[in-house]
Amino acid sequence: MKTNRRQFIKIGALGTGGIALAATTHNWSFAADLVKKYVAGDTAGQRTATYCEVCFWQCAGWVYKDEDGEIQKIIGNEDDPHCNGRFCPRGTGGIGQYHDEDRLKTPLLRTKENGKDVFKAVDWDEALDFIAAKMKGIAEKHGPECIALFTHGSGGAHFGHLLKAFGSQSITAPSFAQCRGPREVGFLTTFGDIIYSPERTDIRDSKCLVLIGSHIGENMHNGQIQEMSDAIDKGATIITVDPRFSTAASKSKFWLPIKPSTDMALLLAWMNVLIENGWYDKDYVERYTYGFEELKAHVQPFTPEWAYGITTIDPNVIRKTAKEMFDASPAVIIHPGRHVTWYGDDTQRLRAVAILNALLGSWGRRGGFYNPEKANVPDFPVPEFPTPKRTPTEAYEGKYNLANEVVSNGICDATIPTPDKNCSFKMWMVNGTNLMAALPNQKQTIDAINALELLVVVDTMPVEITGYADVVLPECTYLERYDMLRKSPHREPNIAVRVPAAQPKYNSKPADWIAKKLAEKLGLDAFFPWKDMEELLDWQLKEIGSSLDEMKRIGVKKFPRTYDDLYFAPGEDVSFNTTTGKIELYSTDMEAEGFDPLPVYTPHEEPAEGFYRLIYGRAPMHTFSRTANNPNLTDLMDENTLWVNPKVAKLWGLEAGQEVKLKNQDGIISTFAIKVRITERIRWDSVYMVHGFGHNNKKLSRAHGRGINDTELITNVKVDPVMGGTGMRSNFVTFITDIYSTENEKKS
Amino acid sequence: MRYAMAVDTKKCVGCSDCVVACQTENKVPIGYCRDWVVEVMDGTYPQLEIEIRSERCNHCENSPCVRCCPTGASHYADGGVVLVTPDECIGCGACIASCPYDARYPHPDGYVDKCTFCLDNRVKKGLDPACVSVCPTKCMYFGDLDDPNSPVSKVLKKRKFKTLIPEAGTQPQLYFLI
Ligand code: SF4
Ligand code: SF4
Ligand code: SF4
Repeated sequence: MKTNRRQFIKIGALGTGGIALAATTHNWSFAADLVKKYVAGDTAGQRTATYCEVCFWQCAGWVYKDEDGEIQKIIGNEDDPHCNGRFCPRGTGGIGQYHDEDRLKTPLLRTKENGKDVFKAVDWDEALDFIAAKMKGIAEKHGPECIALFTHGSGGAHFGHLLKAFGSQSITAPSFAQCRGPREVGFLTTFGDIIYSPERTDIRDSKCLVLIGSHIGENMHNGQIQEMSDAIDKGATIITVDPRFSTAASKSKFWLPIKPSTDMALLLAWMNVLIENGWYDKDYVERYTYGFEELKAHVQPFTPEWAYGITTIDPNVIRKTAKEMFDASPAVIIHPGRHVTWYGDDTQRLRAVAILNALLGSWGRRGGFYNPEKANVPDFPVPEFPTPKRTPTEAYEGKYNLANEVVSNGICDATIPTPDKNCSFKMWMVNGTNLMAALPNQKQTIDAINALELLVVVDTMPVEITGYADVVLPECTYLERYDMLRKSPHREPNIAVRVPAAQPKYNSKPADWIAKKLAEKLGLDAFFPWKDMEELLDWQLKEIGSSLDEMKRIGVKKFPRTYDDLYFAPGEDVSFNTTTGKIELYSTDMEAEGFDPLPVYTPHEEPAEGFYRLIYGRAPMHTFSRTANNPNLTDLMDENTLWVNPKVAKLWGLEAGQEVKLKNQDGIISTFAIKVRITERIRWDSVYMVHGFGHNNKKLSRAHGRGINDTELITNVKVDPVMGGTGMRSNFVTFITDIYSTENEKKS
Repeated sequence: MRYAMAVDTKKCVGCSDCVVACQTENKVPIGYCRDWVVEVMDGTYPQLEIEIRSERCNHCENSPCVRCCPTGASHYADGGVVLVTPDECIGCGACIASCPYDARYPHPDGYVDKCTFCLDNRVKKGLDPACVSVCPTKCMYFGDLDDPNSPVSKVLKKRKFKTLIPEAGTQPQLYFLI
């Protein structure tokens, strides 16, 4: 048996040598002065511009302090198109990230003490010297491209810059292959463009919004929930397809309680109805699309009656909802969703969604999908990055050619050397993403980590991935630092600034400081020619006619659109960025790669007797691991519950509030137990829980052992051959009611 | 002047932003809240209905809490807003027992606390209460019922509404649009 080189260390397990050091905070005058300069004189009533980091929506807001100079509240910036002056609960509770006393406080280095792995508290110099020496060694022996960065959030810009300067382009975010990747590729192959983030959905002017498994209102993607509410006010029809009676379903005119995993059949039937009845935008289809005749012939057999047997949705409802969509067109949105890695044929399902939108002519139309534009902000001039010997996609050569971003699980898998392939990733840097909860198939992740020479984790909280690290670097929260300008595409190009409202607590540091300091130790100073973030931002802002001073005052700045209109003009000649220059109903890219050029229905695995499909989602007050220990947000919700249909509960004799463990189809048993919530809101063939709970690090005092981590039960992963997405909805669980039985202890 | 609030149950998604915003604005200690969210579900799968309500003190026109307060700490302030003066409150809890809506809680500092409609810290400065101004669905309306142009007057004219436990005779000033 292979022994694990790497023992999981709970952050609490500090070696004795470390304890004394941990108490003394090593002060770096550089960062401290820089922050002090701004924070000085900041008294109650004054506000500091920031943008939120609790989720990717990055709403811009103002941080206010109380009379004692302590951060008290965060309020949305009225001028910000991402939030219109209103934060979501997570953003409002974002102050909890700053106040959380369980935060990572000082750099930690893995070391041995009496044959046991422990973390030793070290100062920043020692931690960064250690990393720099290792990186140089790896670069010499294997090449700099053997270092990969997994990132989520604002730190990625700083560490990504460092990695590129060092000679690696292996930069990846689980938000692609574990989340929204299939929709980007599905739309890219159809319309030649992606959905972007924030989504380009013109919900506020939509007359019909179709949600397929997308639970807006439980996912608090701010602009979308605000616009959905506006649309409700204006009388828009909402159609929700979900096996669960979601909050959105409860606001909908039509709820289609679909049998899980059969969405493709419904989408094909809708196409069939639209085309058979002539309920599509003929002019648009003729002018802009490619392959209509093929599509028409293809969907001809997929009648609502055919779909009924698969989806359990009444054929009349399929027809009626199709008519609603057509009547609202082109102000209709078949929403592409966000977390769409479900069954492994997800890109094809999102192609079907894209095709429906094309038939209804909603792309490029008011109330459909608008053309977003991004503010054009120049980069601070730096020398040209070295060309890496190997591109990241070589890690999964010959596969996922249509992926438009780096596939995280592709990097993870390639880290484990096989006889025919040794991509020799020797080091990972992981920033702002708890890979133990983000990547399915934990065993694979741990195997990959064990093949590494160095794992560096940069985070604010002792999330599980820190336990596998060789070095843990405590970054400060977004309220204590500058970051790069936010410049996401939107209706109007705009930028937002993040300015520190307080000094970094404990011995934590801003990500930009960590990257720059490490760069200096690697001799990469030339790539970080700015004195500090203030100089960098001020330079960028002056290039576009603003300044850091101005941005500190206003927080958000909008610019006029320059290159295109928000919508297509009637009859406008539009060329799309696809092979044919048209909207490809029939995808030539898919065909060239050997995939079905038109989406087909494939039946997916079904639960065995006594098992239920594990469905997971979001709660409005949490963003997964990131908020799991936040004192303000755990106050609202501190554990997930297992939604069980009353029929199922009766069958198993389950009572409301009873704790159960879960066992999946592969015999994996959950570490912790979860409370049963008996509710009619879930189908009898499925159970549901909110993702992001069940943390097993005791140092997360509010999150430890609260509920179940669904990721540990997701071991049957259906990889999308088109873009590498990890389909996670083919996992089935059964109940273990005797939670204290030793037989049911988790085997490790 | 008669301050009142309306909450649109058709738009509220139960996100609890109103709860957090109140906590941070009014420094409500963690573990306590002045407003909260109620979700009522009805039916069997797949014939289901949910009503979601953001609830708080109803600032009743005929408040049992004010009536039963032995020290006068609970009182009517401007616009009929029911307030507690912490200095005068002896923490006896009579008001907590008398409120049919469970709107009050014992503050760890020894007095009874509850929603103030953010009267002094926001409304008198021309701002909406914290919950109203943060709500991402914009489902809350606040203002003076005596002013026909206030958002709350306008929406109550346009929409069907209800109050909670009207039979208690408290004349609540928190309206739910249905
Ligand atoms: S949607 Fe909420 S959590 Fe996300 S950035 Fe906006 S306020 Fe923050
Ligand atoms: S903030 Fe608004 S939508 Fe959210 S629970 Fe409160 S009232 Fe409802
Ligand atoms: S809701 Fe309760 S606390 Fe508020 S005024 Fe009425 S009785 Fe008093």
